[in-house]
Amino acid sequence: MSHIWSMILQRLALGLLTLFIVSLIIFGATELLPGDFAQEILGQSATPETVKALREKLGLDQPMHIRYLGWLADILRGDFGESLANGQPVADLIGKRLGNTLSLAIYAAAIAVPLSLALGILAALFRNSFFDRFANASALTSISFPEFFVAYILIFLMAGRDGLFPSMASFRTDPSFTEYLYRAFLPALTLTLVVTAHMMRMTRAAIINLLASPYIEMARLKGMNPMRVIVKHALPNALAPIINVVALNLAYLITGVVVVEVVFVYPGLGQLMVDSVAARDMPVVQGVALIFAAAYVLLNLTADVLATLSNPRLVHGR
Amino acid sequence: MENRENPEQVEDRENDMTITKAGPSRRGVLKGATALGAAALVTPFGTPLRAAPKAGGTLRVGMAHGSTTDAMDPGTWEADFMIFQAHTRNNYLTEIAPDGSLIPELAEGWEASPDAKVWTFNIRGGVMFHSGHKLVGEDVKASIEHHMGEESTSAAKPIVADITDIAVDGMNVIFTLANGNADFPFVLSDYHLPILPAKDGKIDPNTTDGCGPFKIASMEFGVGASYVKHDGYWKEGLPYFDGIEQIVIHDDAARQNALISGEVDYIDTADLNTVALLKRSPGIEILAVTGTQHYGLPMDTRAAPFSDNNVRQALKYGINRQQLVDTILNGFGSLGNDHPIGPGQRFFNTELEQKAYDPDKAKFYLKEAGMSSLDVDIHLADAAFAGAMDAGVLYSESASSGGINLNVVREPNDGYWSNVWMQKPFVGTYWGGRPTEDWMFATAYSEGAAWNETYWSHERFNELLVSARSELNEETRREMYWEMQDIVANQGGIIIPMFAAYVGAYSDALAKPEQVASNWRNDGHRIGERWWFA
Repeated sequence: MSHIWSMILQRLALGLLTLFIVSLIIFGATELLPGDFAQEILGQSATPETVKALREKLGLDQPMHIRYLGWLADILRGDFGESLANGQPVADLIGKRLGNTLSLAIYAAAIAVPLSLALGILAALFRNSFFDRFANASALTSISFPEFFVAYILIFLMAGRDGLFPSMASFRTDPSFTEYLYRAFLPALTLTLVVTAHMMRMTRAAIINLLASPYIEMARLKGMNPMRVIVKHALPNALAPIINVVALNLAYLITGVVVVEVVFVYPGLGQLMVDSVAARDMPVVQGVALIFAAAYVLLNLTADVLATLSNPRLVHGR
Repeated sequence: MENRENPEQVEDRENDMTITKAGPSRRGVLKGATALGAAALVTPFGTPLRAAPKAGGTLRVGMAHGSTTDAMDPGTWEADFMIFQAHTRNNYLTEIAPDGSLIPELAEGWEASPDAKVWTFNIRGGVMFHSGHKLVGEDVKASIEHHMGEESTSAAKPIVADITDIAVDGMNVIFTLANGNADFPFVLSDYHLPILPAKDGKIDPNTTDGCGPFKIASMEFGVGASYVKHDGYWKEGLPYFDGIEQIVIHDDAARQNALISGEVDYIDTADLNTVALLKRSPGIEILAVTGTQHYGLPMDTRAAPFSDNNVRQALKYGINRQQLVDTILNGFGSLGNDHPIGPGQRFFNTELEQKAYDPDKAKFYLKEAGMSSLDVDIHLADAAFAGAMDAGVLYSESASSGGINLNVVREPNDGYWSNVWMQKPFVGTYWGGRPTEDWMFATAYSEGAAWNETYWSHERFNELLVSARSELNEETRREMYWEMQDIVANQGGIIIPMFAAYVGAYSDALAKPEQVASNWRNDGHRIGERWWFA
């Protein structure tokens, strides 16, 4: 087991390096965008004097590397800084939104992961049957539509004047758990439809791949129940690729859902990121980018650890 | 006071100007409004429809704008979310009434010196801020001074730049201007200039205090805000609502759906392409008001070929205005005549000929410029105004029969105002408009103004602008503004094809006064104190 711990430590260290590089790239890329914070925030009402005064006030007149190093020094002390736009601490801005984003991601994953695993296993079991084709076709259809379209269809079918669910997930006060499940159901369902196809098809393909192996043929020749063959014998060996796909989709649920947030008026990190990039509000952009990068790093690490654990040959290395 | 030395002139001014000292009292206005409302109670069939304003209920407003980068500092307010917030939480010295006239708010009355350089505002007594602080002259001084001076980063800096001194004398606040300005009281109704409580001669720009009809209960930028009624509000009987929920809903379809499904009572912007469908929903009313908001296509008059007025005239005749109003605005607007003054304004030139689409005239002007055809690029993005790209394509079609080959260049929305507008020679723009002719012209048409988007300089125009500003005789003033509209329309550098209506929608559970203000969206952004639940 010890080599797993050393792998985790090594990967965490590499993860930190990744975050550092990401912050450099994001900073550089935002600098490359035309216009700076002072121009963007004053917009149509910018005059040369006010732009200059604002730059001086916020220290934007300093060269780029000085600003980056200043930001980096603060981060190393655990201080995310303050939004240039309204002086609110970035940690506060992100904190609340991160909670919302994570709960929606968990909600969607709690529906999507069991659903797609079950569908994938059943599709492998009844390969080329009507059920297999139907599951495949509908999953592919829902992933092929743009997210907002899926969202509108769901709103059309399930919300409205006498609809089952609210079309707006927005809640100004802290909702109770059941109220949250109710209000956030449509966005969670939209995300479920978007990520299911990928995970389901990977499950199906990984299992079918193994069904041609001699040991599966042996099990089948013994007269074992086909369901048992798949769940007991094929699935454990197919776990590694499935875990990886699940991890990638979970990362997507955290970082890529801004369209769904906008359609359902759900206050998550995506909209915060879009607004901050539009205004060139560097500390917030950097903060959110770090959270997104960290989500990818940690989920990939978790996937690798789980994939390793699922393979006895790797756990009990010789 | 200088004006005391010359009473005749003061009297003259009072007779001539529509903004006399102390307009109708607030209560008088309210009484008048109620009488108007009563007249509207009887439908053509003789059945009463609406009861008198009723108190109670929480108004839920869905808004198309609102960003996480908004801020409490009044100097940063630019988009509707914060401007709505401003009028819900704050009061101003003066207020633009629904009919477009200026009425007193925190200032009970005002008077000017004969040269319109020194203005004395008499501040209303007994006004309480939400925090319990009592309004005094120092609050007014500090609130305005926040936008002035070298250090100021306020978007309102240019509009208060003329103020050289603010003095406080008890409940009188005396403004001294560098140049005479007969419209100065209008300036003080600008949304950037709310009166906030002062401490040690300065306001805290991040305060959530105010003396308007509602207190802020919570504010989350880019998400929403909630307000509760300010019980000590000085306007008697107002506001009617117990509270307001202001919710940011960026997506057009989501916003309209929220209204249809009853999650909000009012939306500030309806998508023009689907508003006809929205109208068919039961219990939904459309609110469309055309005021001073206009869309334009400014040209850099220093750059060839736009430096030649014949080319500018050719381009003005090559655009099919009616088609743009019909398709881009879906009929929710009116024709523009290449100057920024709206038909509802005091000094709108009613005799100026309305330009129409005329390819032959366009060809004629091109010939005058010594050209047989013209190739130009126009740089547009939908950030300039909703539908700008489509408008460009339509324009390009109509211009081609006038011998103009107009190439529409699509620019990114992101950074449009800093990299395209006033940078490229032919672009798109929008203006919310200004309540007075002088303010609009001074902001975007006078030589050297920061937002003179056409880099236009016209000697006679600039002369007229300065003399009209301090002219107190209304007839002379009217003649001057009429001439200026003519000059801008026929020699200026901007094509203004259309005035766009503000189009919103509301549930019929809401009731509105007979006249809705057209200076801004949302009944001049004062829907919170002007509307009620039926």
